[in-house]
Amino acid sequence: MVGQEFSNNRAIEVNSLNFYYGDSQALFDINIAIPRKMVTALIGPSGCGKSTFLRTLNRMNDIIDDVRLDGRIMVDGDDIYDSKMNIVTLRKKVGMVFQKSNPFPKSIFDNVAYGPRIHGTKSNSQLAEIVEKSLERSGLWEEVKDRLDDSALGLSGGQQQRLCIARALAVQPEILLMDEPASALDPRSTTKVEDLIGELKKDYTIIIVTHNMQQAARDSDHTAFFYEGRLVEYDETSNLFTNPKEKQTEDYITGRFG
Amino acid sequence: MTHNLTEKLVISGLRFATYAIVIVIGYILFDIIWHGLPVLDWRFLTEMPRRGGAEGGIFPAIVGTIYLIAGTIIIALPFGVGSAIYLSEYASRNRLTETIRLAIITLAGVPSIVFGLFGLGLFVLYFNFGPSILAGSITLACMVLPTIIVTSEEALRAVPKSFREGSLALGTTKWQAIRTNVLPYSFGGIITGAILGIGRAAGETAPILLTVAAFFLPRLPKSIFDQVMALPYHLYILATQHPDTSKVLPLQYGTALVLLILVLGLSLGAIITRSHFRRKYRW
Repeated sequence: MVGQEFSNNRAIEVNSLNFYYGDSQALFDINIAIPRKMVTALIGPSGCGKSTFLRTLNRMNDIIDDVRLDGRIMVDGDDIYDSKMNIVTLRKKVGMVFQKSNPFPKSIFDNVAYGPRIHGTKSNSQLAEIVEKSLERSGLWEEVKDRLDDSALGLSGGQQQRLCIARALAVQPEILLMDEPASALDPRSTTKVEDLIGELKKDYTIIIVTHNMQQAARDSDHTAFFYEGRLVEYDETSNLFTNPKEKQTEDYITGRFG
Repeated sequence: MTHNLTEKLVISGLRFATYAIVIVIGYILFDIIWHGLPVLDWRFLTEMPRRGGAEGGIFPAIVGTIYLIAGTIIIALPFGVGSAIYLSEYASRNRLTETIRLAIITLAGVPSIVFGLFGLGLFVLYFNFGPSILAGSITLACMVLPTIIVTSEEALRAVPKSFREGSLALGTTKWQAIRTNVLPYSFGGIITGAILGIGRAAGETAPILLTVAAFFLPRLPKSIFDQVMALPYHLYILATQHPDTSKVLPLQYGTALVLLILVLGLSLGAIITRSHFRRKYRW
C-alpha cells in the first residue's frame, strides 16, 4: 500500500468495508485511504464493484432497497455511516457526477442554481455569482453565458456533462465522485472533461470510476484496481501501470481480460 | 391473390369496427344536440324547476353537480396524489404494497351502486352526515380514488430515476427532490388523470342516488350538509320517474346536453392541461 506521503492528508479512509445486495456480497473487506486534492482512479472489469464502492462514499446506495454494509468509512474524520451523520451534509461535501449526464429539464441557470437554492441561497445576485463561477470552473461559461435561460436539454452531450459538473460544484463540495463521466461522450468532449478533471484536482479530491485504461493512466495520481468485489491493488498510477505487483492487475491493464 | 384478398378483408373488418364506433357515438351526440339545443336557453340554465321538474329550468341541478365535482376534487386529489407519491416514491416493493396496489385496482372495478350503498351506510347513516353534499362528495371521491392513484403513480414513475438521484446527490432530502424535481414534471399527468376520473364521476347516478341527490329541490344548498339536485339524477327522474315522461322529453334532452357539455368540458380541460405540460417539460 502507498500512503506514507499522504498519511496526514487523507480525505477518505475506508476500513474493512463489506457490502451486500440482499444475499449477494458485492464488496469484500475493502481497505483504502484516498489522498486529498488528488485524482484517484478506480478501474476493473464490469461488475467488479468499483461503482458500488464509489456510491458507498456519498451513501447513494442507501436509496436501493435491501442493501447492507459493514466496516467503516471516514470522510474528513467523520464516520459517514454513523447514526449521527447528517446525510445532507455528507452529500453537500461529497458531490457526484453520473455516468449518463442528467441535466434537469430546467434552464441552464436553474440547473446550476438548483443546489444552492435548496440549501437556502435566496438572493438573485448571489445565485448569479455562484452560477457564473461554477460554469467558469467547468469551462462552460463562455459557451452558454448568452443563453442561461435556455433549456439545459438543448446542450450537446459533452456540454451537458460539464453542466452537471458545474451543478455539483455549485454546492461547494470538497470531494467529487465521478462515475465514468466521459464514457458516453465523443473523443473531443472526453478530452475537455479530462482537462477539466486535471484543473479541478487543485481544489477538489476527485475519485473517478473509469473503463478506459488510457484515461486512468493519464488523469489520475493513484489507481485502485478492483476485481470480483475485492481491491486487488492500489498504488501510484505510474507504479501500478508500469510495475504491477499482482498478476491480475497486470493481466487487466495489458488487456488480457476485462 | 388469396393473400391479397385476406389482407383486404382484414383491413375492411378493422375499418368497419372503427367506423361503427364512430357512427354510434356520432349518432348519440347528434341526437342529443339536435333535440337538446332548442331547449337550451338562458332561462333553462338559470331558472328553478317548477311543477316537479315538468317546467322551468335546471339551475339547482347544475349548481349541485358543480358542487359535487368541487367537493370530489377537494377530497380525492390530496388523498389520491398523496398515496400515489407514497406508493411510488417511499414504499418499498414488497408483498404488502403489492397487495395494496391490487386492492386499489380492484376498487376501480367495483360497481358504482356498491359505492352508493357504502356511502349510505358509512357517511349518511353511521357518521350521520345525512344525505348531503359532504356524504355525496366523499362517496364520489372513494369511487375516483383508484383512477387518480393509478394515473398519478404512472405519471410519477415516468420521471427518470436520474432526476431523483441528481437531486439527492446535491444533498437534498427525499421530499425536496420529489417536490422540486419530480412533481413538477408529473403534474400534467396527475391533473389529467384526476380530471378524467372526476369527469366520469360527475356523470354517475348510482353513488349520489343514496347519498346526496334530491328528487325535487328548487332552491340552492346553504351548507355542505344540505341535499342538492344533480344533473344525472335529474335526468334519470325525468326519463323514468316522471308521471308524463313523453311530455318532458325536451327537458330530458336539454339536461342531457348540459351534462354532456360539462363532462366533455372537463375532458377538454384535461387535454389542454396535458399538452401544456408536455410542451413545458420534455426530456
